[in-house]
Amino acid sequence: MLNATTAEHTERKALRINPAKTCQPIGALYAALGIHKCLPHSHGSQGCCAYHRSQLTRHFKEPVMATTSSFTEGASVFGGLSNMTQALTNIFGIYQPDVVAVHTTCLSEVIGDDIPMMFKKFREDGKLPEGAQLIHANTPSFKGSHVTGFANMTAAMARYLSERSGEVRDQLNLIPGYLDPADMREVKRLATEIGARFVMFPDTSDVLDTPQVGRFEMYPKGGATVAQIRSAGDSFATLGLGFWASEAAAKELESKCEVPYEMGELPIGLGATDAFVDAIRRLAAKSVPANIERERGQLIDLMSDMSQYLHRKRVAVFGDPDHVIPLVRFLVELDMRPAYVVTGTPGKAFEENVRQLLGPAGADAKVKAYEDLFSLHQWMKAEPVDLLIGNTYGKYIARAEGNLPFVRFGFPILDRVAHRYFPTVGYRGAMRLIAAMTDALLDQKDRECPEEFFELVQ
Amino acid sequence: MSDTPRNPVPDPAVVREEMLKAYPAKTRKKREKQIVLNDPDAPPQIGANTRTIPGIITQRGCTYAGCRGVVIGPIYDIVHITHGPVGCGYYSWLTRRNLARPEEGQTNFMQYCMNTDMQEDEIIFGGEKKLAAAIREAYALFKPKAISIYATCPIGLIGDDIHTVARQAKEELGINVFAFSCEGYKGVSQSAGHHIANNGVFKNIVGLDDTPDSGEYRINILGEYNIGGDAFEIEELLRKCGITCTATLSGNVSYDQIARCHTADLNCVMCHRSINYMAEMMETKYGIPWIKVNFIGAESTAKSLRKIAAYFGDKALIDRVERVIAQEMLALKATVEEVRPRCEGKLAALFVGGSRAHHYQDLFKELGMQIVSAGYEFAHRDDYEGRDVLPTIKVDADSRNIEELDVEADPQRFKARRSPEQLEALQAGGFTFSDYEGMMREMDRRALVIDDISHHEMDQLIALYRPSIVCCGIKEKYIVEKMGVPCKQLHSYDYGGPYAVFTGAANFYREIDRMVNTRVWSMIMPPWQKQPELGARPVFTPKPRRSREEASPATRGRAVRPVPTETATTN
Ligand code: SF4
Ligand code: SF4
Repeated sequence: MLNATTAEHTERKALRINPAKTCQPIGALYAALGIHKCLPHSHGSQGCCAYHRSQLTRHFKEPVMATTSSFTEGASVFGGLSNMTQALTNIFGIYQPDVVAVHTTCLSEVIGDDIPMMFKKFREDGKLPEGAQLIHANTPSFKGSHVTGFANMTAAMARYLSERSGEVRDQLNLIPGYLDPADMREVKRLATEIGARFVMFPDTSDVLDTPQVGRFEMYPKGGATVAQIRSAGDSFATLGLGFWASEAAAKELESKCEVPYEMGELPIGLGATDAFVDAIRRLAAKSVPANIERERGQLIDLMSDMSQYLHRKRVAVFGDPDHVIPLVRFLVELDMRPAYVVTGTPGKAFEENVRQLLGPAGADAKVKAYEDLFSLHQWMKAEPVDLLIGNTYGKYIARAEGNLPFVRFGFPILDRVAHRYFPTVGYRGAMRLIAAMTDALLDQKDRECPEEFFELVQ
Repeated sequence: MSDTPRNPVPDPAVVREEMLKAYPAKTRKKREKQIVLNDPDAPPQIGANTRTIPGIITQRGCTYAGCRGVVIGPIYDIVHITHGPVGCGYYSWLTRRNLARPEEGQTNFMQYCMNTDMQEDEIIFGGEKKLAAAIREAYALFKPKAISIYATCPIGLIGDDIHTVARQAKEELGINVFAFSCEGYKGVSQSAGHHIANNGVFKNIVGLDDTPDSGEYRINILGEYNIGGDAFEIEELLRKCGITCTATLSGNVSYDQIARCHTADLNCVMCHRSINYMAEMMETKYGIPWIKVNFIGAESTAKSLRKIAAYFGDKALIDRVERVIAQEMLALKATVEEVRPRCEGKLAALFVGGSRAHHYQDLFKELGMQIVSAGYEFAHRDDYEGRDVLPTIKVDADSRNIEELDVEADPQRFKARRSPEQLEALQAGGFTFSDYEGMMREMDRRALVIDDISHHEMDQLIALYRPSIVCCGIKEKYIVEKMGVPCKQLHSYDYGGPYAVFTGAANFYREIDRMVNTRVWSMIMPPWQKQPELGARPVFTPKPRRSREEASPATRGRAVRPVPTETATTN
């Protein structure tokens, strides 16, 4: 397994090996599915769209619907107007969505296709059905990562759809960030339990976690409706979760509709969930219900119960910045020692943020943005860890390192099912994370310890 | 649900019209050509290998996927570098299940995703320097035998000269470095990428080492990608027969094996679409004839083995092959007999790739199932109608984009593998070379043949036929299953397999049995939906008193019986 990877780490300037990020459009496509009755459209060659749909399908095990402009060489030379027009005609003719959310690919970006101009022409030619909406985001993959694509499409929702009527509504905007449907559902549950009135977009719950009822719904019941997103312009405030994925939209709402905003971390782990609950309570002027306090207490209880198995364990973590930052916070809360913290997404702020969380005790940790799994693995070879946390690709490293305990977390997870239904956000999500980590460590012990130390009770 | 196919099976002409009628006029005109009713005796012309209609929701991928992903990616011991932004390389990382068992001490580079992760500045000012540096870094780290470079869409557009970079790296590093201009927009589907990959592998690897294998009856298997271990099974079967497999292009294969595959005496083509170019070029240059084989399905496997044996014409081999076939068929018999009654008569439809939608029909037929419809994702007319239509296929602008190599007989190394007399004798006995007859000749009359099926067409097809199973790819899988119909992925095999040869056939029969008969599909409707709302609380009927001894534990306690619907009243 990965037997060409050695412990000697050398700086690379040009070659990316085993990336810890992917490209913008997949994030944009995913975000767009969080609008009710929306068909995401990829403007470029069809390969990108095929790849994005395939990868998202592998992660969610759900239909992931999207269309493509299917550029061939001609379109690449002369521009994609005719492909876009044909695509939109077919989309509205055959699939009748309420919204088409266009994202670009590297190809249409390099050509410099002007999407708003194409929309204008389509509309002026009288081809846009009554009431249908066209929105777009530029998603060049030579900048940022899939998280940037998600952020850009979410901002586009606000830019195209949110409106300010002049009357402020008693509702809060929630921008949930790049979360799985189960996590989005949990964010909504917490906000609802606190008693906040809110609109949340994008919202992929009930879109990418639909029940089997023997019927395929091209547009499942979930997703933020256009009316909801429109009304976000009248909300009294926005709470964005995850700076990388959500701040762009929060800012957009502020500049377009003068809705003030606050940003917070994704509610992963104790501290970040506390901050989230506190923010909702404060913004919505409610008090935290007993139910949620009980959940928090249960989490603390579990943290103390399992502390002996987690305390001072060295951990390697990789994933998207918005996920990794609160996760590191949680690991520190558990007295664990994050030794390597990696994201593929560029941005120095990530490193500063994580360093701050680690404090002086974690000064010797390696913290890198715009880094890859090959480097991470090399560091792990040089100085091993007890536990690896990251997306499915981590399993190759875990196996290469003698079946190192490995917890799947983040995007994508291509080989296990729990993420599809069980949240990792909120207090309950944190309990699930503790269960996953202790399971991994104790399974290793049960597998490897001498027989006399094999124990019934832990 | 899945166990209630429409009976009688609807008229395919009606189904076709249902599919077409939703389309805008221009789209309809194009799709009409790609949806035909079959005639096995005289296959009607089908539109294939034409541009995908924008906005239609296609199954297809791109040229890069066909090149890097399919034909050359499975060569496990060379370093593959995708030149472009991060995504294209990322998605082709370990997502195709080309299994490999590297020889001792060799590295399986398929576990690594290498790319140049192009950033904005490099897109603006050109990426050649970064590519050259990436190649150097890869060499310094891994010292591979060869490095292969793949261009993605933006690279073609900014005009990086990847071939010059590769040539310079080759000189500088002293290892083989070569590049593929396989930008996604180059063709109408993955198919163009297959052709580009064939050309590159032929030009840059095949023929580098003239040392022949030591075994007898040396063949290559072309167009076999070792998904789920198919090639392992094929290799093992050939070994039992005493046939030497020099190389499998491309599955579980090393660079060195490909370098000497021109020393084999016969090319056996599995997937005609993706690799017929290689077969033709090797024949022209080295004199190796090719035949079409199919190791999917027991009957087809037997037929293919017999054909290989007949080609070599050696009595000992022919006898051994017959013995192996008899043994394997015997071993398979019990499985077929057990499974077939549970599958017989059920309907299936297959939409995938460029050969599997054809090959897998054999396995379904062996279970007595009926193929109501099938089609390829990226095949050409010859894969549907047979190679005899080749001269009539118009080369359009998109196909003209793809280089046709000028191949000539190698002055030193061309060697006719069979004498004219031998060939004549073989052909007199009904043996055919270079002979793909296509899918349609083996399908039922009036079966619906659909090229590049769209989501809308699939939706109609399932609604109207209610097949017991549909075979397609990952993007369609959960759409089909949400409709209550099991879907078998034939690209990835749903992480199962192997399905090739006799041993694989047994796996497939069991898998289909599981899929069409699993209980889960009958549980979709909750019990309360099967009865109308009662609208009243149940009435608890008092039980007649019985003595303690009489009452069995099961009847102890209070019985709750719902009121029969007829007598239920709304207060
Ligand atoms: S070209 Fe760009 S958008 Fe398309 S897959 Fe590659 S990186 Fe992603
Ligand atoms: S950019 Fe081009 S090469 Fe890359 S996935 Fe998209 S279509 Fe294929």
